[in-house]
Amino acid sequence: MECAIKLKNVTKTFGNVVANKDVSLEIRKGEILALLGENGSGKTTLLNMIAGIYYPDSGEVLVNGKPVEIRSPKDAYRLGIGMIHQHFKLIDVFTATENIALGLEKNEKFDLKEVRKKAQAICDKYHFDMDFDQKVYSMSVSQKQTLEIIKVLYRGADILILDEPTAVLTPQETQKLFEVMRNMKKDGKAVVIITHKLHEVLDISDRVSILRKGEYVGTVETKEASEALLTEMMVGHKVELNIKREEPKNPRKRLEVRHLSVRNEEGIEVLKDISFDAYGGEILGIAGVSGNGQKELLEAIAGLQLAQEGSSVQFYNKEETDKPMEIIGKNPRVIRNAGIHMSFVPEDRLGMGLVGSMGMTGNMLLKSYESGKGLFINRKAPKDLAEQIKEELGVVTPDINVPVSRLSGGNVQKVLVGREIAAAPIVLMTAYAVRGLDINTSYTIYDLLNKQKEKGVAVIYVGEDLDVLLELCDRIMVLCSGQVNGIVDGRTATKEQVGLLMTRLQKKEGERSE
Amino acid sequence: MSNVQVKEPFVRMVKRDHASMGRKITVRILAVLLALILDALFIFFVTGLNPFAVYGVMFKGTFGSSIRFSWAMRDLVTLLLIGVALAPAFKMKFWNIGAEGQVLMGGLMTALVMVNFGNTLPAPVLMLLMLLSSIVAGGIWGLIPAFFKAKWKTNETLFTLMMNYVATSIVACAVNVLRGQASSLGKLNMSTHAGWFPKLWGQTYNTNIIVVVILTFVMFLYLKYTKQGYEISVVGASENTARYAGINVGKVMMRTMVISGALCGLCGFLLVAGRDQTISTQTAGGNGFTAIIVAWLAKFNTFYMALISFLLIFLQKGAGEIASAYGLNDYAADIITGIILFCILGSEFFINYKMIFRSGKEGKKDE
Repeated sequence: MECAIKLKNVTKTFGNVVANKDVSLEIRKGEILALLGENGSGKTTLLNMIAGIYYPDSGEVLVNGKPVEIRSPKDAYRLGIGMIHQHFKLIDVFTATENIALGLEKNEKFDLKEVRKKAQAICDKYHFDMDFDQKVYSMSVSQKQTLEIIKVLYRGADILILDEPTAVLTPQETQKLFEVMRNMKKDGKAVVIITHKLHEVLDISDRVSILRKGEYVGTVETKEASEALLTEMMVGHKVELNIKREEPKNPRKRLEVRHLSVRNEEGIEVLKDISFDAYGGEILGIAGVSGNGQKELLEAIAGLQLAQEGSSVQFYNKEETDKPMEIIGKNPRVIRNAGIHMSFVPEDRLGMGLVGSMGMTGNMLLKSYESGKGLFINRKAPKDLAEQIKEELGVVTPDINVPVSRLSGGNVQKVLVGREIAAAPIVLMTAYAVRGLDINTSYTIYDLLNKQKEKGVAVIYVGEDLDVLLELCDRIMVLCSGQVNGIVDGRTATKEQVGLLMTRLQKKEGERSE
Repeated sequence: MSNVQVKEPFVRMVKRDHASMGRKITVRILAVLLALILDALFIFFVTGLNPFAVYGVMFKGTFGSSIRFSWAMRDLVTLLLIGVALAPAFKMKFWNIGAEGQVLMGGLMTALVMVNFGNTLPAPVLMLLMLLSSIVAGGIWGLIPAFFKAKWKTNETLFTLMMNYVATSIVACAVNVLRGQASSLGKLNMSTHAGWFPKLWGQTYNTNIIVVVILTFVMFLYLKYTKQGYEISVVGASENTARYAGINVGKVMMRTMVISGALCGLCGFLLVAGRDQTISTQTAGGNGFTAIIVAWLAKFNTFYMALISFLLIFLQKGAGEIASAYGLNDYAADIITGIILFCILGSEFFINYKMIFRSGKEGKKDE
């Protein structure tokens, strides 16, 4: 098969961090290549060099057999290389057509009708469904992605690079995207997909190239690959890919949420009449396309969102004789001082859960600094706690006083989860607890959550990976457009079932944002 | 390998992970040396003077005599105190550009108390009243923008900046009222010395020096070891984290700005009672703005502030000395001090970044 792009010994460093080291890779025409690797293994950096975002420190890039120099995305376009980034590069207030026209060369005529005609032809060819007069801000994530793909094809790209395109899609949308990718492959285009989801790799790709810590590990034919083999190549050693799930032991109601509604700053209702219960000794999963109220739900329970009148969240403390306590209307400090043991691992670790510029000790203080009398802070207890967490969770840090923002993502999360668990919670809420973490750390976190469940803690787990949600959770509540769209049993539900619940109300949401 | 020649950019800037203490010191010493060489070239070729003689004169500006040194210290503590006052606000990422106005308001209240109660109140009571009124005035001047930011998210940079002009106008107006028919205001309570600081080792302003040294220590401890100082750090790092921790962001903001403004007000009190014994729109003398540079360069550490203040005052005194000794234009002296400042500030770049040249093999020799 003909070779579209060949990388020879490409190296790229950022400061002392080696993002790619001596990577050699082949991308062939009429083939889908999956680039697999854990977060931080250098997948995106490598392809950004092909797309002209970065420039390699050393090494060579050949396109169609000729050595080339790609100094900007424009150069990449001229060579027929198009990249669909993880974060879309679209202008919200422009229509689809206008966004496509955005990249026209200076000498091209600005003729929107012509642009539209050509784009329509692309849509017909690949069976895309696109309303060219729709503004980007009213599009769903999947529509935006489609638009990005059309944009790239419009510029005549023969080599398409998709950076984690399925991270934001539901299972159904993913299947649709894969169909499109197969069509492009049939058309003789070279397609590269970056991902860390193994089943997708096995489903869509012809060959898989694996990176580990910036270095090229190898390439295998997908036919000959298995999940176990790929994981081993990705991580460097064998990994047990099972999450244990015990039956909940005498579940007791810990949280009773009734008619919870929240409006955001623009006055749009982001949570609508949410009601559910969370029980000790079980993990309640919350699924949904991101931005459907997950963040607001946890923040409202944690006292960080202003709830509408009529909302109620009752908290049942340890002793059965204790009366339930109302959380709504209290801020986090009042909740804490009322003796409510609730821990919260927010989505934005360094922007909300931790202070990046402080060390582990300073961060341990965050929720307990006012304890003790007098003006001054007592640093002894938090220092001991920091040492303990470092020891128990194996946090890799040169010193407990090194600012946590300098630690790797996995270690940052260990510090945060460690602190929240150390507070001996009765309810533990986590938002995207394993986002961006490597496989080992992810499984450490699942393990920690399972231990909390065993202890009788009510764990709420907001997740994005349906496979994990279905393996880990006892019950899964699906949010859609800020509403509870169904609660299913984690043991019997299927991916398709959850996927449908995630999207069923999508039409309604489109209307709302108009 | 037959590597096709790829054109690299001529030079690339790469952020350094971490600079060792030794490197930091070396770079800074080199910066000072470079500045002295550049200045020498400038002095020699433009003015035709002997650079070493000029440096000698410059040195004399601060160290020429004991009274000169004493004046330098007097001016240093003014700058330092305002820097110390700005530290908590800046640490909270609240850009208080209004120190000048806060100092003026404190000074004005001090002056008004001196004039109105100087003859009726006993000295200790008078002093206490002057102190309190200056702190309250500065505190209020700091609280107003903080209140608006906490309630309505107004921009504090613009707000505090504009408050300076309001304060200047109020002082101008008050000075006119106070002087009445006289051509200028002159020293307040000239005959009674009521409200003047007593002389300490021959100077009224020596009290100022002692007060500022104490406050520098206190502020350091406040920011580093108290619960309130911790709250300020958290709010400055991320308001969301602060809310997550249950910190009332608006309350901390207002409290901190009251402290910042009150210390500026106190500075006004020290200037009027301890240094000038009068009030004018020039009482703060631009120190409120220079102190912003001091606070920033010192990364809000009050002890570094003392060093930076010293450097600035040394350069300022030196420039003045050169200008008068050689009959040079003020601008020539400013260029000489400007080059020194430029080199010292520019050296920070080489501490944080390294440069890789086209031919350089990964800048290894640069490590």
